[in-house]
Amino acid sequence: MTIAIASGKGGTGKTTIATNLAIVASEKYDSVTLLDCDVEEPNSHIFINGKKIKEEVVNVRIPEVDESLCTECGACSNFCQYNAIVSLKGKPVVFKEMCHSCGGCTLVCQPKAIHEVDHRIGLINFYKSGKINLIEGLLDIGSPLSPPLIGAVKGYESKDTLNIIDAPPGTSCPVIEAIRDADYLILVTEPTPFGLNDLILAVEVSRKLNKKFSVAINRVGSGDDRVHKYCKKENIPIILEIPDDRRIAELYSNGKIILENLPEYKKCFEEVLEKIGTVIQNGQ
Amino acid sequence: MKVAFTSQGNSLDSQFDERFGRAMYFIIYDTDTNETKVLENMAGVESAHGAGISAAKKLVDAKVDALVTGNCGPNAFYVLSENNIKIYLSNAKTVKEAIEEFKNKKLEIASSPTKGGHWR
Amino acid sequence: MDNKPREIVVISGKGGTGKTSISASLAYLSKDCIVADCDVDAADLYLLLNPITVEKHDFYSGHIAKINQEKCIGCGTCKELCRFDAIKKNNNSKFSVEPTSCEGCKVCVEFCPEKAIDFLERLCGEWMKSETRVGFMVHAKLGIAAENSGKLVSLIRNEARKLAQEKGKNLIIIDGPPGIGCPVIASITGATDVLVVTEPTISGIHDLERVVSLANHFRIKPYVAINKFDLNPEVTEKIEKISNELNAQVVGKIRYDKLVTKSQIEGKTIVESNIPSAQDIINMWERLKIN
Repeated sequence: MTIAIASGKGGTGKTTIATNLAIVASEKYDSVTLLDCDVEEPNSHIFINGKKIKEEVVNVRIPEVDESLCTECGACSNFCQYNAIVSLKGKPVVFKEMCHSCGGCTLVCQPKAIHEVDHRIGLINFYKSGKINLIEGLLDIGSPLSPPLIGAVKGYESKDTLNIIDAPPGTSCPVIEAIRDADYLILVTEPTPFGLNDLILAVEVSRKLNKKFSVAINRVGSGDDRVHKYCKKENIPIILEIPDDRRIAELYSNGKIILENLPEYKKCFEEVLEKIGTVIQNGQ
Repeated sequence: MKVAFTSQGNSLDSQFDERFGRAMYFIIYDTDTNETKVLENMAGVESAHGAGISAAKKLVDAKVDALVTGNCGPNAFYVLSENNIKIYLSNAKTVKEAIEEFKNKKLEIASSPTKGGHWR
Repeated sequence: MDNKPREIVVISGKGGTGKTSISASLAYLSKDCIVADCDVDAADLYLLLNPITVEKHDFYSGHIAKINQEKCIGCGTCKELCRFDAIKKNNNSKFSVEPTSCEGCKVCVEFCPEKAIDFLERLCGEWMKSETRVGFMVHAKLGIAAENSGKLVSLIRNEARKLAQEKGKNLIIIDGPPGIGCPVIASITGATDVLVVTEPTISGIHDLERVVSLANHFRIKPYVAINKFDLNPEVTEKIEKISNELNAQVVGKIRYDKLVTKSQIEGKTIVESNIPSAQDIINMWERLKIN
């Protein structure tokens, strides 16, 4: 089973919830897999504090031109939608980081002068901390395309254990890639006008993808009840409420886990797992 | 020699644009004849990806000898330098001012891209 | 008008640091500026400025494939060739494109033997010009799964510059996107000042370094604001030290203030509410103004 933690914008507490949930789950199950798909800013490892056991390079396929076969016809350059292969004085030049690996240039090249080679876009780091396997995608600086790397991280979802995905913020392509195959989504928000605005976008995405989802409200008490009212009106369950507690903000600022330092919060995270378990069972 | 200046508008009084790939216009100034010509950069402005590359190709096709702009990323830099187009950097307010700077040889030549292209 | 307006871009390494609240407050304090919301993924600025839209335009970027169901013979060539898993088989054994997966590469369009696939311009959202109590505002609303590209950010900035010229304003305040991606680059290239908003957290230090070095790359002088600085005095001190080393002036330290949310709920900027942190932002503006 895979639970993805998402939110319409950054800074709502996505990583806090994903990491604490992973810790609670590790006490309940034999093992749990935490997949950090926020590949531009992966932060889960700061909180999980595991031991790195290996790393793996992630490549995409990009074109390479065999000049001896190229007739300088310009078909590849005309076809490419991303300006990733461009004819300069007849000769095709490849701009690696623009390439989306669609394979179009190799297909349109009549003399078959283009073949594909590997191009590195990032790394996957594997950490182990007790019963938690943390799998973290880390995009290389200069690599603009995160979906292929997110896809590679998701390739390490475990079939036998619980998987928790820490998704990137927002509602654009990388988010969709991260949550597309999850069984259940938790949308994290705050009880504020900004929080509600961004939650509505996240709900739209979840519905468009036909996902089961619920909402987690962070910093309850800091704002008003507009998010609660919205959830009620839309019939969206609220699965977790974390109060506005300055101690939590301080723990976060030091890279520390809530559960280990404020054990009174443990119960609500345990309940989240139970509730999701029931929903998934009933749904199947 | 023909020199391209990035501009926000289509005249000499227009504001100079420090951006290259998505500048609205290039004002092409001919140092021999003192004449200017306006080149639209719709391909750059409209491209969803790789605006710098597309704008650079446009200048190559227009056969200019030099470019005066504020920033030039590595892809555009590569295209321009491979085609022997020199890149000068300016912070001028208007195109007219940038042309004066160029004529008075006040501009520094860029020996490497001014930015890291696609960061992440 | 020959005078180029000053362009202050407010950015941060990650979202949720208070970028938008600070942008709105600065706009209010300036009394006379054009505001641009370039954080189109989380376009929240309008919630504080209550804009009245005077112009609205569709925003198109890139393309999307669409299979003509009448011409499709169900051969499956498109599905075979698509690298993005964007083609699905329908119940009628014809095929269709899943819009959230399509990356507009045109491969299916080109190689469909029946020429049954159209290549349409992709509607990604809309952008608006609005009037607010702090001045004119340019902003956008992005559609679901649409990419926040440098293209939209550039468009918003171009319109803000045009408005500044039209209305004779000398200042543009931009709420920039978080991170250091393509949209951020598009929002700071050619700007005059960058204000980096950070929080005293472990990850905040790392984010700050990356964002400031980005500004330095662009030869734009960076300023730093430390939001909620009193949450962790130790890390705040570290951030000040690092900012110094990176030649970024710390212009503001804003205290942790629970009442910020209250002013957000009332649809006000921080400085319009009589709350403790308002003074911190006013002090910051005084320093920014003279630079």
